[in-house]
Amino acid sequence: MQEVTPARPLWHVILVRPETMTFVLLIAAVVVASQLSPYFLDISYILRSFTLSAEFAIVALVLTMVIIAGEIDLSPAANMALSACLFAWAQASGIPMPVAIGIGLLAGLAMGALNAFMVIALQLPSIIVTIGTLTLFRGLAQIIAGDKSIRVPDWFIGIDKILVFGIPMPVVIFVLAAFVLGLILAGTIFGRQIYQVGTNEVAARYAGIRTRRIKLVLFLLMGLVAAVAGMMTASRLGSVRYDLGLGGELQMVLMAMLGGTYIFGGRGTILGTFLAAWLLVVVSTGMTVANLLPAIQLTVLGVLLIVAIIATNFIYSRTQR
Amino acid sequence: MNIVRGILMRRETGIALMILLLCLAVGLYKPQFLTMNQLRVIMLLVPLVMIVAMGQMLVLVARHVDLSVGSMLGLSAMLTGMMFRDLPQIPWGVGFIVAIGTGALLGLANGALVTIFKLPAIIVTLGTLNLYRGLTFIVSDARQVDRQFVPSAVKAMSQTSPIFGIPWIIFMALGVVLATYWFTLHTRVGRQIFALGSNPSAAALRGVKVNQITLLVFSISGALSGLAGIMYASRWGFVNPSNTGAGFEFQVIAAVVIGGVSINGGVGTVPGVMLGVLLLGCVAAALPLLGIPGTAQGAIYGAIILIALLIDRSVRQQGIASLKWMRA
Repeated sequence: MQEVTPARPLWHVILVRPETMTFVLLIAAVVVASQLSPYFLDISYILRSFTLSAEFAIVALVLTMVIIAGEIDLSPAANMALSACLFAWAQASGIPMPVAIGIGLLAGLAMGALNAFMVIALQLPSIIVTIGTLTLFRGLAQIIAGDKSIRVPDWFIGIDKILVFGIPMPVVIFVLAAFVLGLILAGTIFGRQIYQVGTNEVAARYAGIRTRRIKLVLFLLMGLVAAVAGMMTASRLGSVRYDLGLGGELQMVLMAMLGGTYIFGGRGTILGTFLAAWLLVVVSTGMTVANLLPAIQLTVLGVLLIVAIIATNFIYSRTQR
Repeated sequence: MNIVRGILMRRETGIALMILLLCLAVGLYKPQFLTMNQLRVIMLLVPLVMIVAMGQMLVLVARHVDLSVGSMLGLSAMLTGMMFRDLPQIPWGVGFIVAIGTGALLGLANGALVTIFKLPAIIVTLGTLNLYRGLTFIVSDARQVDRQFVPSAVKAMSQTSPIFGIPWIIFMALGVVLATYWFTLHTRVGRQIFALGSNPSAAALRGVKVNQITLLVFSISGALSGLAGIMYASRWGFVNPSNTGAGFEFQVIAAVVIGGVSINGGVGTVPGVMLGVLLLGCVAAALPLLGIPGTAQGAIYGAIILIALLIDRSVRQQGIASLKWMRA
């Protein structure tokens, strides 16, 4: 007989969880960064820095849900590039703007559908499938755009310059997306079912949950959101190249992992990823302010990813039973 | 009859047929594809991918994956190149020890993270892919090691030949292939890798030292990436912190999965991987002749990975039970 462990005290439940770790790290990062440069106490500076990673952060929110459902998607950064390239190419060849935007969004959706088809219908592991589609999407973007950059019309440029109550538009979109997705994940039947699928897919299926449909919705959402993020990047940069968002999969996975999403599925919150996105922005902006080379920043991000996943696994192993 | 049937049913036969058809089709369209000169082009394209693919095959057979091979190649090549630059009096042979040793250590670090902390290899190596690339910039101060610093003996390995005009690096790749072939089929440890990949818990119960084997396959993958690193310096004559080995992982994974290594672990043969690498080499060599821009290569690698997955699945459905890959 297994011994019955006593229920954990309330403080334990609230404090010993990955999001708390993320929050503490965020505070620590802000304190350290403000020692480096007084700009960090200026909220508008942090908001402006956030617009640089806002697109990745938005995609990372959906990626969190995909990982909770027990799958992974490494292709969204390449998806961003391909849908933005298609969109830019379409409008540059004279197709009216709304149609071009439609093409970009549809392309994103189609890419999500391709991933979904391979993973759900053919039951292939999402990890390898999305490594394949990552290479494929980026390669197709390179075929479409070549080595040139495609300009977008002037009125389309500058989503990061639009301010809503003094807050840049991409940040507003990110906060709204986090709010809506957080509500869906934590407060709806669909959201709870995502956790069940990720915890034990077979059990979930026996419990009458349409596991395939849930994963289909998530992959399609992933494709659509990646396309939106791609176009937001196009608007921010003013032109599109095939290497748009190159290496973004590291940042997206890192945001989800730093936010305490469990890599094996079934655990994680939108709040965690939300906090982790801010943490990452403060850390990378701090490194830029401290004049660290981009390569060193890459090293730090790599180390952070490994440390984050070790810490998260440790916390979960402590609280599991 | 059974022998013929057995040969026809093998995965390797399928890949060999694909290579043959590809070469014939391209050769009919552009006869210069079927010349000795073109063979030389292909033969110089493949050795690096071939060597790294052997390590990647072992990792995949053990039911893991190594995304960091390109960065390990880059960092080993950079350290070796810097040693050649800063300590010119050191004999060039030491470069091999440094390159292979660096790679093995980096691979061991991957393996240690995977075994000690029970982390999925995909996330660990996604992290170290970026970590090692960043380290390459840090140790090199973001500067390239130029041609004049790479010893001429090292550069000569890609140009001079012991026999039949075939350069040394091809013989080295062939040596690695033969060694891997022997290792996977005729050593106890080699067979244990397959046992581990087919069923980790059963393998552990049968006395396979799971952690040691995992450390071993990652170290081999790293060591072979390191060897490919010094061969990169030999082939191109310089080491650049941003280009060297960047994106290499996709080529290698494409070659390995098209070569019939199952992503579910436990299945894979050296001849299959060798043919997979050759197929990729033929495709890469055919593109410029067909007037397809080099920018299309990425898309083709991606398509090849997906096609290989589809083949893998249809083969798997013919009887081998499907296994859950990530949660095992």
